[in-house]
Amino acid sequence: MKFKMLLAGLLATVALGGVAQAASLSMVSGDTGNGLAFLRGQLDRFEAETGNTVTIVPMPSSTSDQFGQYRLWLAAGNSDIDVYQTDVIWAPQLADQFLDLTDAAKDVVKDHFPSIIESQTVDGKLVALPAFTDAPALYYRTDLLEKYNKTPPKTWEEMAATAKEIMDGERADGNKDMYGFVFQGNAYEGLTCDALEWVKSSGGGQIVEADGTISINNPKAAAAIDRAASWVGSIAPEGVLAYQEEESRGVWQLGNSVFMRNWPYAYQLGNSADSAVKDKFDVVPLPAGAGDGNSSAATLGGWNVAVSKYTKSPDEAIKLALFLSSKEVQKERAIDQSNLPTIVSLYDDPDIAKAQPIIPRWKDVFLQAVPRPSAPTKVKYNEVSSLFWSAVHDTMSGNGSAADNLEVLEAKLTDLKGDGW
Amino acid sequence: MSSETIVPPKVVLAKPIKSELLTQRVAAARWFLIPMLVALAVVAGWPLLRSIYFSFTDASLTDLYNAKFVGFKNYISWTTLKSGRTIYSGLLVDPVWWNAVWNTLRFAVVSVFFEAVLGMIVALVLNAEFKGRSIVRAAILIPWAIPTIVSAKMWAWMLNDQFGILNDLGLRLGLLGEKVAWTAQPDTAMTAVLIVDVWKTTPFMALLVLAGLQMIPKDIYEAAEIDGVHPVKQFFRITLPLVRPALMVAIIFRLLDAMRIFDLIYVLTPNSSATKTMSVVARENLFDFDKFAYGSAQSTLLFVIIAVMTALYIWLGRVRFDGGIDRCSGVIPRQPPFICWCW
Repeated sequence: MKFKMLLAGLLATVALGGVAQAASLSMVSGDTGNGLAFLRGQLDRFEAETGNTVTIVPMPSSTSDQFGQYRLWLAAGNSDIDVYQTDVIWAPQLADQFLDLTDAAKDVVKDHFPSIIESQTVDGKLVALPAFTDAPALYYRTDLLEKYNKTPPKTWEEMAATAKEIMDGERADGNKDMYGFVFQGNAYEGLTCDALEWVKSSGGGQIVEADGTISINNPKAAAAIDRAASWVGSIAPEGVLAYQEEESRGVWQLGNSVFMRNWPYAYQLGNSADSAVKDKFDVVPLPAGAGDGNSSAATLGGWNVAVSKYTKSPDEAIKLALFLSSKEVQKERAIDQSNLPTIVSLYDDPDIAKAQPIIPRWKDVFLQAVPRPSAPTKVKYNEVSSLFWSAVHDTMSGNGSAADNLEVLEAKLTDLKGDGW
Repeated sequence: MSSETIVPPKVVLAKPIKSELLTQRVAAARWFLIPMLVALAVVAGWPLLRSIYFSFTDASLTDLYNAKFVGFKNYISWTTLKSGRTIYSGLLVDPVWWNAVWNTLRFAVVSVFFEAVLGMIVALVLNAEFKGRSIVRAAILIPWAIPTIVSAKMWAWMLNDQFGILNDLGLRLGLLGEKVAWTAQPDTAMTAVLIVDVWKTTPFMALLVLAGLQMIPKDIYEAAEIDGVHPVKQFFRITLPLVRPALMVAIIFRLLDAMRIFDLIYVLTPNSSATKTMSVVARENLFDFDKFAYGSAQSTLLFVIIAVMTALYIWLGRVRFDGGIDRCSGVIPRQPPFICWCW
C-alpha cells in the first residue's frame, strides 16, 4: 500500500513536472564554417522565448558520417537527441523514425516552396521541416579574370582553359601555390553531388531516372567524368581527391584557386574580414558541357529539421523545429550565413538582397536544381550513391577509364535494384 | 614479471596430494573469477552472439526486431538459371569483401613487421643502462597513449597537401619537388596509414619486448663475454631465443589489433576500394547501407578469420601463454597472486 502511494505520488510529480517545467532538448548539427555559432545564437533566442533549454551536439560535417551515426541512434530508439538536422536526401530512408509534422506545420507549409515540402513528404507524412536549401555555384576570382581579360565561363571546357591559363600565369609570377579549380573530390556524398552536375550538364542523365531506370552507363556521362578526371593534377591539386567542402574552401579562401565549386555558405565566409578573397570574387551558375542543348545543372541540397519519434518532449521539440524553419530564423540565416531560404517571400526581401546579393540571384538556379536519385531508389539510395561516387573516384585516381567503370557500375546497380528499388 | 593467478591448473593435476589450503585457494580463485566472467559475457559474449544471430536473418536497421531467419543466405546462396547456369551470391563470393580482406591482411602483415623490428630496436636501447632511462621510457609511450582518432586527425593535418607541415618541411629542406597529396591517392594513402600506425604502436611493442628482455638473466651475457662472443652473435644466440616468447605474444596482440583496423583508415584515407578494410566495409553495410544482416555476416566472418589466424599462429609458432613454467617455477607459489603475462 505504502509502495503504491509512493508510486502514485511519483507519477503525479512526473506528470505535473512534464506540463509545468520547461523541457531540456538536444539537437544535432554538423554545420560547416561558423554555422554552429549562428545556430547557438538562434537557440539562445528560442530558450529566452520558451524557457526550454537546448543543447547542441556537434557532429562531423560530412553528411555520410552523420547519417551512419543517426541511423544507429534512431534504430536503437535513443531518446537523448530530440531534434535532428537532416539532409534533403534522407527523408525516404529515415521516415519511420521521425514524427509526422503535417498537423504542427499546417499553417506555415504554404509559405515554403512546394517542391521542397514534397521532397520531405514520404507517403503523406511530413518527415522534416526545411531550414534552408542549397544549390551550388561556381565561385570565380573577379580580379584575376579581369587581369587576364576573361569572362566567367559558360562551359566546363572554357572553365578548364581559363583556369589553366590564369594558373600558369600566376605561377610564373611567383605564386607557386596557385591552382585553377577546386571542388569536392573525396569519396563521399559530396562527390555524388559534384559528379551528378558534370554528368547532367553534359546530357548524361541523372544516374537513376525518376522512373527508376538506371541511365548512368552512356558515352556522354563517361566523357563528362573523364573530363573531370583530367582536371586532377592539372588545374586541380592532386589532393582534391581527399577534399570535402571545407578543404576546398580552405584553398579558395587563401586566394589559391581561380575557381571553386561550392555551396552558397562559402559566399558569406569568403567575404569575412580575414578572408584573402574578400571583395575579389563573385558567383555564376555552374558551367555546362560544350554542345547544343546542354545546360547548367546544380545538385539540389539543403537541410531540414526533423523530430525524433523517441523524444521525451515531443511538443517542445516540434516547437523547436517550427522555430528553426520559421521565417525570422531563415531570414537571419540568409543574412548571416548566406544560406538559401526555403520561404518564397524571402527572395524579395530587401535586407537579404542588400546583405547577400547572391540569394535573390540564386532563386532560379535552385528552382531548376537536379535532385539526387533518393526518391526513386528509396532505402537503397546510400548504396547507389556510394557505388556511384566509388566509380567516379576510381576514375579520377587513375583506376580504370570512366567507360569501364560506368559499365561495371551499371551492372552493380542492376544487381542492387533486383526486382525494383 | 613472474606469473600466475594463484596455482596453475597443470600443477594441481600433476600433484595428487591436495592440501586443504590448496582446495580453499582454488575455490576462492573461482569466486574471484566470476565477476570478470560475467563482465566478459555481457560486454563481449552477448554482442558477439547477437551479431552471429543477425547474420542469419534479414534484419535491417529500420526494422531490427522483426528480422526473419534466412539461414546461410547472407553468406552464400545460389540460383540456377533456366539455361542451367548457376549464379552464386553472398558474402563468400563478394569481391568487395575479399578485396577488403586482402587490404587488411596486407596492412596487418606490413605494419606488424615494421613494428616488431622497430620495437625490438627501441627495446634494446631502453634495456641499456643510461641516465634518464625512466623518463625516456615514459616519454616513448606518448604516441600509444593518444587516442587513435586524435592522432589520426592530427596526422591528417600534418599530411594535408596544402597546409600540412610535412610538405612544408619537405619543400624547405629540398626533399620534395612539389607538394604531395599524401592521403588523396590510394597508393600513398595506404603508406600514410602504415606510417601513422607504426608511429603509434611501436612503443607498445617495445614495452612488451622490453619486459621480455629484462627477464633474461645477466649472467648469461657475462659468461658469453668471458668466452669472447661477439655482441652481434650474443644477440642472435642469446637475446633473440630468450626473448622470443615475449616477442611472439607481442606480435599476436598487435596482429589481432591490426586485423580490425578501422579508425586510421576511416579518418585518413578517401573511402576507396584500395584502402577499405574489413571493419570499414562491415560498418558501411551495417549503418550506411540498408544491409544490417549482411554487415553482421561480415563482422562474424571477421571474427572467424581472426580466430583462425590466432589459432594457426599459436599452433605454428608454439606460443606459450602459460609462460616458461620451467623458468618461473622456482618463484611462483609464494608470490602474491597478481595477474600478468609471464615469459
